[in-house]
Amino acid sequence: MKAQTLAFASALALSAAAAQAEEVRVYNWSDYIDESLLTKFEEETGIDLIYDVFDSNEVLETKMLAGGSGYDVVVPSGTFLQRQIQAGAFQKLDKSKLPNIGNMWDVIMDRTAQYDPGNEYAINYMWGTTGLGVNLTKVKEVLGEDAPIDSLALIFDPANMEKLQSCGVHLLDAPTEMIPAALKYIGEDPDSQDPDVIAKTEAVFEAIRPYVLKFHNSEYINALANGDICVAFGWSGDVLQARDRAAEADNGVEIAYNAPKEGALMWFDEMAIPVDAPNPDGAHKFLNFIMDAQNMAAASNYVYYANGNKASQEFLEEDVIGDPAIYPTEETVANLYTTTPYDAKVQRVVTRLWTKVKSGT
Amino acid sequence: MRKFFLIAVPYAWLLALFLIPFFIVLKISLSDVALARPPYVPQFSWDDGIMAFLRDLDFENFVFLTEDSLYWKAYLSSVSIAGLSTILTLTIGYPLAYGMARAPEEWRATLMMLIILPFWTSFLIRVYAWMGILSQEGLLNQFLMWTGLISEPLMILNTPTAVYIGIVYTYLPFMVLPIYSALDRMDGSLIEAAEDLGCSRLSAFWLVTVPLSRNGIIAGCFLVFIPALGEFVIPSLLGGSGTLMIGKVLWEEFFSNRDWPVASAVAVILLLILVIPIVLFQRNQQDAEEAAK
Repeated sequence: MKAQTLAFASALALSAAAAQAEEVRVYNWSDYIDESLLTKFEEETGIDLIYDVFDSNEVLETKMLAGGSGYDVVVPSGTFLQRQIQAGAFQKLDKSKLPNIGNMWDVIMDRTAQYDPGNEYAINYMWGTTGLGVNLTKVKEVLGEDAPIDSLALIFDPANMEKLQSCGVHLLDAPTEMIPAALKYIGEDPDSQDPDVIAKTEAVFEAIRPYVLKFHNSEYINALANGDICVAFGWSGDVLQARDRAAEADNGVEIAYNAPKEGALMWFDEMAIPVDAPNPDGAHKFLNFIMDAQNMAAASNYVYYANGNKASQEFLEEDVIGDPAIYPTEETVANLYTTTPYDAKVQRVVTRLWTKVKSGT
Repeated sequence: MRKFFLIAVPYAWLLALFLIPFFIVLKISLSDVALARPPYVPQFSWDDGIMAFLRDLDFENFVFLTEDSLYWKAYLSSVSIAGLSTILTLTIGYPLAYGMARAPEEWRATLMMLIILPFWTSFLIRVYAWMGILSQEGLLNQFLMWTGLISEPLMILNTPTAVYIGIVYTYLPFMVLPIYSALDRMDGSLIEAAEDLGCSRLSAFWLVTVPLSRNGIIAGCFLVFIPALGEFVIPSLLGGSGTLMIGKVLWEEFFSNRDWPVASAVAVILLLILVIPIVLFQRNQQDAEEAAK
């Protein structure tokens, strides 16, 4: 009897302790934050922060659609956010709990309103472009001094790819990034929803497929930095992180990022709160913490992505705010395009085409 | 009464961990896609009753699988990759197990330990370690270049070869352990008897040792083949994008297309393919038990 009472008492004590230790669970992209910010958040708020990472929108989306993910803050990209809002996966933000929202940048908010009308469900975390990461020495060795390092022809012209094969090319394993780029290369609307137009890219990919080492969404950071590959079509900040890691390792690898001159996809990663978040209150605290100008600047200084926070700009380092690969000039911005989500039917066509591109069947 | 409970436990286990999940998957495979949470429309609710469900039943998702060659090619390719891996694992695993069983008594515990030791490290970390070994600048290539055997680094990572290396490495203990236990139980005097009766060492091996370890071989082969068939992690980490396996196709249906019904249909078919070897495996185990009596 005594033992039972004791067990009961300790169970009570445990649950009381669990109730006291408030938790916020954040699910963000890999290599996407200065991790000292996580400790800073815990120190400032006394909330335990549990931070998990993913490297593809599809993985996040499946968790959101399944429900019960247990996360309080997640970071889908624009088109995925839009579809998940339609599916009822997110709750509206309570802006009274977000005093720092005034720091946000209206230019970016106008653009993200395309996915989230009125910016009611999400705040912008970071944004960037999808483009070409090259190992300058190796690419020039293979293609000569006038290698088209700022053109989609670098990866879509089979003549270039055949030569680049010897030093290794990675492309993103994300049809929603690759197909718009291929459409742009052949002069079609990159946001086309017409299955017949999308089908035209098959020939483009078929011609270069034999020369692609791998389709992957995150391995290229290390592979570029180590000199394992010489070209990657990837996300701007990831390539710049590779550049930085190579410089730190001092291994003679020199990486550069260029948004393709034909036009580059501009994307937005948005922080939102799942409709079934266990701790929406804590989630708002996290969002507000992130929107603090100095915190957001610290994150951008660390990961080399631009953010949607106007007030943070004065705290950005010169090699971030001054780098047109991160904060493009107005001229380049005019050359950027955005995409909208595919519906289920078109999505099936896109996935099928992508499987065919990758596996040959 | 006691016997009833003894039987009830494993059946309850089977019901909770296999049959109920299977029926959930089967139900989703008969539903339609929708933009919702979860992303399918159930065609069955208890309110309408089972008759209404049966009336609305359609197998369109299964029909869809037959219309695109991708699916049967992926099934076929998985079966052949799993099959070849099983043969390779057996070829490496049998001599290992044989050596262990013939080793001096006092070594065996240590040898056994060495086989089990890798399980102490996470499976994922071990697969990642292989990425480090096999990559172009990896340990293997550096070693081979150092010895002067090759002058250009070999391309192993991201090819089917790397997938086979990964599968064979990962599942080797599952092959070695059952064969070892079969060989360990074997009476050594049987070999002596065979040799006394005029068998050469080699023919004694083929005529006595191999048949007596048959159950171990079969158990090992199934323990490798069945999980290798649905393998997803090894081909996606070590394989190139050209490695077509059903686990990957299932992933694409589920994650890229958000088409849970078709993904579930793929899973149901995969399970049906697996049921045949699983039943054969069970029968083999029963035979072995009866033989042991």
